[in-house]
Amino acid sequence: MGETPAIEAEGLVKHYGKTKALDGLDLTVGQRTVYGLLGPNGAGKTTAVRVLATLLRPDGGRARVDGHDVVAEAVVVRRIIGLTGQYAALDEYLTGRSNLVMVGRLSRLTTRAATRRADELLERFGLADAATRAVKTYSGGMRRRLDLAASLIGHPSVLFLDEPTTGLDPSARALMWDIVRELVADGTTLLLTTQYLDEADQLADRIAVIDGGKVIAEGTPTELKASVGGQRVLLTLAEAGDAAVAVKALRPFAAGSIVPNGSVSDHGARLLEVPVIATDGLATEVLRALDAAGVGVSDIAVRSASLDDVFLTLTGHAAEAADEDDDTAELAEEAAV
Amino acid sequence: MTATTLSAADLTTGRGSLAQFLNDVWVLTKRSIARIRREPETLSEVTIQPVMFVLMFAYVFGGAIAIPGGGNYHEYLIGGMLGMSLAQTAPGTAVAVVSDMSTGLIDRFRSLPMSRAAVLTARTIADLLTQAIGAAVVAGVGLAIGWRVHTGPGDVIEAFALALLFGYAFTWAGVCLGMVLRSPEAAQQTGFIIFLPLTFISSAFVPTQGMPGWLQPIAEWNPMSSLAAACRQLFGNPNPAALVDVWPTQHAELAVICWSLGMLAVFAPLAVHLYRTKGR
Repeated sequence: MGETPAIEAEGLVKHYGKTKALDGLDLTVGQRTVYGLLGPNGAGKTTAVRVLATLLRPDGGRARVDGHDVVAEAVVVRRIIGLTGQYAALDEYLTGRSNLVMVGRLSRLTTRAATRRADELLERFGLADAATRAVKTYSGGMRRRLDLAASLIGHPSVLFLDEPTTGLDPSARALMWDIVRELVADGTTLLLTTQYLDEADQLADRIAVIDGGKVIAEGTPTELKASVGGQRVLLTLAEAGDAAVAVKALRPFAAGSIVPNGSVSDHGARLLEVPVIATDGLATEVLRALDAAGVGVSDIAVRSASLDDVFLTLTGHAAEAADEDDDTAELAEEAAV
Repeated sequence: MTATTLSAADLTTGRGSLAQFLNDVWVLTKRSIARIRREPETLSEVTIQPVMFVLMFAYVFGGAIAIPGGGNYHEYLIGGMLGMSLAQTAPGTAVAVVSDMSTGLIDRFRSLPMSRAAVLTARTIADLLTQAIGAAVVAGVGLAIGWRVHTGPGDVIEAFALALLFGYAFTWAGVCLGMVLRSPEAAQQTGFIIFLPLTFISSAFVPTQGMPGWLQPIAEWNPMSSLAAACRQLFGNPNPAALVDVWPTQHAELAVICWSLGMLAVFAPLAVHLYRTKGR
């Protein structure tokens, strides 16, 4: 109690013409935590970040960073925050080092302090060898790292990362994750947007699932998974014709709201997926119930619910399904594998 | 992680807002100059292009152009070339602004605790330096083809000062153009469409006396004509516009100042407004 939240948003609204990018968004992010904003493209994640980072003026509601209003005290907020957007915001023609020193000088550091900090960050992000090369010669992963370094140069206490790994290959992604974990260990508050469920699961202490410009679920990754039934029982029936009887027999075990096509799947009518709340001896009880109903089972498996399941259950569509851009969707799927 | 922490001595937050503004303008102007050093070809529009135009007009068209009141075409040409070489850097300004907007660099600047006015001011100052190079190139190539000054150093300084004031006003128009367009290609194209007729429907290369009657007033009131006439007068070069009895040809220097201040009064606040509100 008593500590000012790092980020607070109450009923944020932002229109673009007739589209409501934000439709009453509420958020509270505690100090020194990693908070994940999870949602498909167009859910309002980037708009939320742009409002919190003082780039956009909300049409309604209010937001504070470290207790400072993002509209009335924008100047104060800018001293506290760092922002890394979806595209590397760098000068292509300057060297990596010059870019960092420039941003440092504009973040109110002296030339000496900016240079020292730039060298320290280049070293830490594995860019020391490329420091004197123009940014246009950098690979995508190097740009993202330099961009992240640029947002850190002024020692922000609250950092916004807008889809920091979109479009990166798996190894560059893993490197970004390591850097993010280091930052957290350093005591930085982090607001991370992502459309990758595994990324939010891996990095975030708490997650808000956003769809249509508002938060539709909030909690720790574990809580969110538990809310749709902590576990899934996967059954392969011996006879395809038994599916209807099996579903009836399994109903007492099914937890939470069931999305018919998603959670009780009918692949060849022999595979069934049932969301359940984990209890001791669950698998045995399921088998007994099916046996009593005269249903033969050729395979049974129990797995933990993934954030994919959460997403599907909450929004009725898969995380990447809302992608308008096919390329992005493909990249997203590749990287999520 | 072994991050060094900041001490008060590492920060410039104690400075006043004017000092901060000047610091930010300096940092960003250095950025633009560093780019020119790395990619000198970006200067071609104020180096190679004016040389080409001077040589083409002097040796290809020059012989066919009669100057009312007499005089050498090579001497006539340079006053007009100065205006052209300065005003045509405006599309380049627009391209640079569009690029910064589209790469997200402007968003980064907006999220920093820096002076907001500094971004555009630095852009225009860097372009003013580019224009000064352009003016020197035009003068140099002019001297090589036989252009001479027949007045004192005070007049020459005044002519170049007027030309740079004029060029600076055009730069702000370029910034506005860059703010409203979406791609560098569009900025390049639109700039071309606006600035080419502006340069050619003027007395920059040919006297207005040879134009059709309906076109003459447009050319005479064109700010490009006023600058050309003012420079010709101040250099002591042939100035046939003096024979035309309309206000801007009779008061060329005052006309240049009015046009420049007028453009600054419109485009500078508009550019700042667009910078503040675009995307918000």
